[in-house]
Amino acid sequence: MGRYVIRRLLQMIPVFIGATLLIFLMVNVMGDPIAGLCGDRACDPATAAQLEKEFGLDKPVWQQYLIYMGNLFTGDFGTAFNGQPVTELMASSFPVTIRLTIVAILFEIVIGISLGVLTGLKRGRPIDSTVLVLTLVVLSIPTFVTGLLLQLLLGVEWGWIKPAVSPEAPFSELIVPGLVLASVSLAYVTRLTRTSIAENKRADYVRTAVAKGLPRRRVITRHLLRNSLIPVVTFIGADIGALMGGAIATERIFNIHGVGYQLYQGIVRQNTQTVVGFVTVLVLVFLLANLLVDLLYAILDPRIRYA
Amino acid sequence: MPEPLEPFDDGRAIDHTGAGGATDLAMEEAETLEKTPGGPLGTGPAGKPRSLWSDAWHDLRRNPVFIISSLIILFLVIIAIWPQLIASGDPLQCDLSKAQEGSQPGHPFGFNGQGCDVYTRTVYGARASVQVGVFATLGVTIIGSLFGGLAGFYGGAWDGVLSRITDVFFAIPVILGGLVLLSVVTSTTVWPVIGFMVLLGWPQLSRIARGSVITAKQNDYVQAARALGASNSRMLLRHITPNALAPVIVVATIALGTYISLEATLSFLGVGLKPPTVSWGIDISSASQYIRNAPHMLLWPAGALAITVLSFIMLGDAVRDALDPKLR
Amino acid sequence: MLLEVRDLHVEFHTRDGVAKAVNGVDYSVDAGETLAVLGESGSGKSVTAQAVMGILDIPPGKITQGEILFQGQDLLKLKEEERRKVRGAKMAMVFQDALSSLNPVVSVGDQLGEMFQVHKGMSRKDSRAKAVELMDRVRIPAAKERVAQYPHQFSGGMRQRIMIAMALALEPELIIADEPTTALDVTVQAQVMDLLAELQRELNMGLILITHDLGVVADVADKIAVMYAGRIVERAPVHEIYKAPAHPYTKGLLESIPRLDQKGQELYAIKGLPPNLLNIPPGCAFNPRCPLAQDVCRTDVPPLYDVTESPVPRASACHFWKECLHG
Repeated sequence: MGRYVIRRLLQMIPVFIGATLLIFLMVNVMGDPIAGLCGDRACDPATAAQLEKEFGLDKPVWQQYLIYMGNLFTGDFGTAFNGQPVTELMASSFPVTIRLTIVAILFEIVIGISLGVLTGLKRGRPIDSTVLVLTLVVLSIPTFVTGLLLQLLLGVEWGWIKPAVSPEAPFSELIVPGLVLASVSLAYVTRLTRTSIAENKRADYVRTAVAKGLPRRRVITRHLLRNSLIPVVTFIGADIGALMGGAIATERIFNIHGVGYQLYQGIVRQNTQTVVGFVTVLVLVFLLANLLVDLLYAILDPRIRYA
Repeated sequence: MPEPLEPFDDGRAIDHTGAGGATDLAMEEAETLEKTPGGPLGTGPAGKPRSLWSDAWHDLRRNPVFIISSLIILFLVIIAIWPQLIASGDPLQCDLSKAQEGSQPGHPFGFNGQGCDVYTRTVYGARASVQVGVFATLGVTIIGSLFGGLAGFYGGAWDGVLSRITDVFFAIPVILGGLVLLSVVTSTTVWPVIGFMVLLGWPQLSRIARGSVITAKQNDYVQAARALGASNSRMLLRHITPNALAPVIVVATIALGTYISLEATLSFLGVGLKPPTVSWGIDISSASQYIRNAPHMLLWPAGALAITVLSFIMLGDAVRDALDPKLR
Repeated sequence: MLLEVRDLHVEFHTRDGVAKAVNGVDYSVDAGETLAVLGESGSGKSVTAQAVMGILDIPPGKITQGEILFQGQDLLKLKEEERRKVRGAKMAMVFQDALSSLNPVVSVGDQLGEMFQVHKGMSRKDSRAKAVELMDRVRIPAAKERVAQYPHQFSGGMRQRIMIAMALALEPELIIADEPTTALDVTVQAQVMDLLAELQRELNMGLILITHDLGVVADVADKIAVMYAGRIVERAPVHEIYKAPAHPYTKGLLESIPRLDQKGQELYAIKGLPPNLLNIPPGCAFNPRCPLAQDVCRTDVPPLYDVTESPVPRASACHFWKECLHG
């Protein structure tokens, strides 16, 4: 187990370097990092040259990358162009997005799995068809449209929630945004669980469990669920990274000052260091979440060996 | 990657090889029949065994989900090519004095924030969405299955390098990548958006193709062909491609829907398509400012988008069910 | 009588129609007795067994007629909760493929111990001790160390021993073994079969052995029921059937066993395919494949004729059983 974890951590290094380099290149080559610095007008050449020197932008891109990464490992994520350290922006925005992601994951687990189990067991019945159609509808509407509509209905028309989340973004205000963020994954988890349950329901070991005279409840919880939920848990784990990275549209709609909001500001103002720094952390979160999923998988399924 | 110690048995596989079995043929047939609409155990009316593809086609022709989704998609493609067929107006001709007005004779969907006719714009919007979906999927599928297929077939160092590259692309959040790359684009055509989707989308298809080529490679008859000295190219073309294609097609069909949806999201974030291109994403995005007063401006293009995405998901589902009844 | 199945009918409702899997089966087993049920795939032998155990998938399966008397009580009239208490405790089943029939993600100790927890209300700790005891009993070496392992960590033979241990856990009166050795290596088959037979004698259990392997039957069975298209076509004591079968189907089965004294000769095979259960031929279901078939076989379903010639009763569902028996 220990060796496996080390091997996986080592494997993460090239992926991490590759992903950050890619983002670094995209930001630097595609954009003009100092364009946003002189207000709405273009900078005059002298100021531009001075700024470039100040931020090390006159060096080749690969050197810039190395310097940036070197700083990063000493905990220096650079300065946003408004003078605030990027780490400060992160400290204020990551907790918000993490809370939002937790709410979304909870929705996936509680509602997604329950609906999936219910429909998997009642396959072909009216409840199954109804839920199945619902998941299709949710899957086919883009998350931001779902968000806009829920905001309009629950926030504006019926007044059940505040249409905009306050800067502190407590859990209570994140329930509806969390549901919106989770919506597509939620529908997917439901379908995945349903398929998995329906397939395993016919498995020989379930028949054995019935033949042993176990009560139906025990057959389902101890034998059917334990096997069926393995792929679902894997999906939900891997979704953590995707949700945090994809929260940007939801955060915009509900005016949540999270990671997506800061990143959006960074991109609009072409703040290289903000963008690269945030994306780097998100990439790390994604990679670690995936490692966690693989380890979890091995715990859930004893047939997996650490190769 | 963790690997299973032994193949995950599902019992049925063993039934087919052993004489007799834990479940009798009656049971087995009952199961198979329940899962496969159409003929029993892949035999045609004449009782002859059919190939995977003709068997799938046989099932699909009878599947209402397939028929309905195909008809909707066919309609969309026609509208995308010839929008004039059902909309006589000009999507760019707007009258600010009519801005945000609701439904009225000749303008069933009302007007948008700039006073353009929502019906005409919704019809014309199909073109951009279909273009983005079709071309992005084509690009992703060709590049993805080429790289993935070769990596799966040859394995070794090729495979190792490719797997790491796909990992790199997977680690980058798609929407963020879009924001970074597309924020500097000034072109108003659909091509930058398509290019971006291909760039970040191919690893998904590549993984699928790699996996299904490896699975196909392990089939007994492919091993047999190899033992009989079939050349690499012959094995790839005759034995592996037809079997590995099914999952790729299914995933590509469903992905097509998600690309259309992604275009809308990018447009909403201000980095997708740009006017004067007419697209559902642009219209939904600009309608979102007026959502309180004039929700109809948002609902029509959003509805059209949702129906399109839904059609592709259902089509993909139907094709998957036909190709692999067990996955249902 | 321990178990009596009377006139059992089972159907499966499929998209293409009704598959008649079991069409009036009668058989019985007494304590300490072994009944071998013989037949090809689709003969209804497993479906009958599943109906007896109460593990038929309903729907698509449906028991349309008949009685299953266990110690004089009709199981089909019991409520599900009462039926459940019979399963595992009083009658147990050994399945063909132990690898897929054991839960891959639950340790064998837990799977064995579960029987005691559910039926006897034992604690987890006590049931674990019982599991070790059971594994010793079916002669799994180092039971104490291996009790926490998972099914995939055992060999095929050992896994089937675990299945048998699970079936024996609560010392049931009846064991149904559905092709218990088919998935095993030939060398292991005999060991597992011997173990099963030995434990049966020890506990004086009734055993229904479902198989298509006539070799296994000769060694352990007391009597045989041969099934074809959901019906019993011949019922006889084991030694008599080998001497002189009273049904052409049984005869065909016996002749298709390879024998050393026939070396060099072409092996006999029953011509044709098993019947389609959606569309069973009228008359005797075996008629399209039968060498003795006459017009009457294509129109009249043969009843189970009493063909007893010795003190033990015998029956055959063939219009021409005399020709078959003596010809």
